[in-house]
Amino acid sequence: MPEIKNENTNDWEKPLFELLKKHSIKFLPFVPDAGHADLIALSENSSAVKPVVLTTEEEGIAFSCGAWLGGQKSVLLMQSSGVGNCINMLSMLGNCNFPFVTLVTMRGEFGELNSWQIPMGQATQTCLEAMGLVVHRVEKKDDILPAVDASLYSAFSSDQQIAVLFSQKLIGRKIW
Amino acid sequence: MVNTSQKLKRRTVVSQIVQKCSKARIISGLGSPTYDLHNAGDHERNFYLWGAMGGAAMTGLGLALAKPDLPVIVITGDGEQLMGMGSLATIGVQQPKNLAIIVLDNGYFGETGMQESHTSNGVDLKIIAEGSKFKHSLTITNHSDMQVLFKLLPPSEGPLFVNIKVDNENLNRSLPILDGVELKNRFRRSLGFEPK
Repeated sequence: MPEIKNENTNDWEKPLFELLKKHSIKFLPFVPDAGHADLIALSENSSAVKPVVLTTEEEGIAFSCGAWLGGQKSVLLMQSSGVGNCINMLSMLGNCNFPFVTLVTMRGEFGELNSWQIPMGQATQTCLEAMGLVVHRVEKKDDILPAVDASLYSAFSSDQQIAVLFSQKLIGRKIW
Repeated sequence: MVNTSQKLKRRTVVSQIVQKCSKARIISGLGSPTYDLHNAGDHERNFYLWGAMGGAAMTGLGLALAKPDLPVIVITGDGEQLMGMGSLATIGVQQPKNLAIIVLDNGYFGETGMQESHTSNGVDLKIIAEGSKFKHSLTITNHSDMQVLFKLLPPSEGPLFVNIKVDNENLNRSLPILDGVELKNRFRRSLGFEPK
């Protein structure tokens, strides 16, 4: 099986997974991205956190709302291109004031080879903000855990909707 | 005697399902299914969608996985389910025993002027659900088939998919409140969760 790699090693994924567990995150709905691969693999081997594979990212919005109706917390994992698939479904969050956190790995910005990724990558933050989400952008490794910790705390203690963008500079270029 | 050649009436069908499943939580898809569910009796156990087209089944899946001992029923329309067709595959992977997806299939986009949907043109949602690994997948067209459905409700051996062919009658709307925060809070309160 070919292994898709980014140029940076994502040694923050284990502590990030521990942080999700500390916040009692029960579900990780996802459409995979290489930048989230380790996090998804960790959840597949965990009894505390359950991965839920989706056919399209918008499913993860409705899923997270449904899980919260039943008292459980989710974090949606996706790539920036998936944000475009979510736009109308994001209306559910604002209308019902559901708590929501998504971790978005960015493509289509720093050092992107595939120009087809550029339009959605460049529009990701604008789209999320247009739909009422608070966006925290992370550029440095050391900022990941504090940003996610703060987002989970705010979202689930006072029904906020927050996206954390992991910049392409942080994740590294995809190796072709 | 019931004339089985007559098409099923959506409001009768929904009222019967609600009566049969008095402890289940019910999510309704936007448009007519939301009005049908409200018409059967407003309750905090209902969560009505007024938008988020294509999201009803996934809302049901999230709830069903969060509360595996609680029967969860999604009642939606053919148009809404067609927009969320991938979610049937996602549900198939998770295999929630406590989830039923019930499509009231009139073959039309009723809310927007009765344009024909895919199901009027030969697309079969039951087969799509079957191919998505639903434990049971049924098409129901008459009153005697409804008795088969009642044996499977409330869902405990799912996932269950039911495509109910209903008459394309144009009914008066029966409108629940629009306030999503109130709908969310009262639903969660019915499960013991207080608002934040």
